[in-house]
Amino acid sequence: MNVISELENQEVEKLTADGNLPPFSPGDTVRVNVKVVEGTRERVQAFEGVCIARKNAGLNSAFTVRKLSYGEGVERIFPLYSPTIESIDVIRRGDVRRAKLYYLRGRTGKSARIAEQTDGFKAKLNADDRRAAEEAKKQGSKTRKKKKAAAPEAEATE
Amino acid sequence: MRTGLIAQKLGMTRRFDENGTHVPVTVLKLDNVQIVAQRTTDTDGYTALQLGWGAAKVKNVSKPMRGHFAKAKVEPKRKLTEFRVADNALVDVGTELSATHFVPGQFVDVCGTSIGKGFAGGMKRHGFKGLRASHGVSINHRSLGSTGQCQDPGKVFKGKKMAGHMGAVRVTTQNLTIVDTDPERGLILVSGGVPGSKGGFVRITDAIKKVRPDDVPYPAGLKSDGAPEAEEVEALEVEAEDVVEADTATVEVEAAPEEAGKEESAGEAAPEADEEEKKE
Repeated sequence: MNVISELENQEVEKLTADGNLPPFSPGDTVRVNVKVVEGTRERVQAFEGVCIARKNAGLNSAFTVRKLSYGEGVERIFPLYSPTIESIDVIRRGDVRRAKLYYLRGRTGKSARIAEQTDGFKAKLNADDRRAAEEAKKQGSKTRKKKKAAAPEAEATE
Repeated sequence: MRTGLIAQKLGMTRRFDENGTHVPVTVLKLDNVQIVAQRTTDTDGYTALQLGWGAAKVKNVSKPMRGHFAKAKVEPKRKLTEFRVADNALVDVGTELSATHFVPGQFVDVCGTSIGKGFAGGMKRHGFKGLRASHGVSINHRSLGSTGQCQDPGKVFKGKKMAGHMGAVRVTTQNLTIVDTDPERGLILVSGGVPGSKGGFVRITDAIKKVRPDDVPYPAGLKSDGAPEAEEVEALEVEAEDVVEADTATVEVEAAPEEAGKEESAGEAAPEADEEEKKE
């Protein structure tokens, strides 16, 4: 392996060390949480839309997300391994037959819809996602209950 | 003024810094960079260090150059270059330099030979506008236009920018930042582009227009840590090759100036021996 690709692989490993990069493909609806710096404050801004293309090129990988903002089509290209991307949530896995969904650019409304993938590998991923979400919810509700339980005690001690 | 380094351009890649902004970087490689000669005021009238990069096949090195390398007791080098240094920045001959010579964040100047563009027209070579696409212009859309006045000077002034050979000249890119160094693999990562094509050689020096940081090694970043291991490996190689030499009995050693040369010529002798066997 040449030195350049070695360096790039190392960099990819370093950037994906936290491991919150979900598998997704063109046609999926994703929410990209982007870190935005305003002055000294840093906050997270979400960009939600359909992933219409992915470029797989090691460290230089990128993906394009398209959404409609106030009736105007907006596309944003994100570097896949950029540290400015806080996380990527897959909201819906779409059933498409193209790798690049550029045909969506000329369409709006009904013709720009993408059906949800209900079988195959993506469905499996979907099921995993749902299970994870449910577990998270359960845990979340538990902690909430605990908090509620703890609150009166705190009052009592006061 | 301390010495610079000679390196090979491997290509470009990218890095993300802590803010998440992407930095294009050029990867420069050091390969066995050693001091081959010293120039001193007594003998040469100025002080400088001659550095060598990589390894050259002994058969491709001329006899006078073999003598030059033998005097320094280093293996023949693929590329030689000289750096002017201050009197107190001289380094012993044979010392190997490391990528730690530069520290991340430091500014450097990188000098190389730009990619040749051949015979280029005025638009490409000097950024001329060319002629209009329409309004009666025919055939001459990329021509120079006027080259001067009329009868009064009656000539084209010297230095008029015209079409001609472009590129393949020595270019220095100033004030590039060192992004990272990797002394183990001998890599230096410099932000931005450097002149020349992949595989070309460049000279890296401390930036002439910036103050050198205090934490850079002076007179030079030496590769003294990993040295013993490397010597052991070399010794093993020599032994192995000596055996090969004895078996095949192909003699090409006569011209070799010293041990290092022998090692190289032995490497050359082996394939020849193979060929002979095939013939038989």
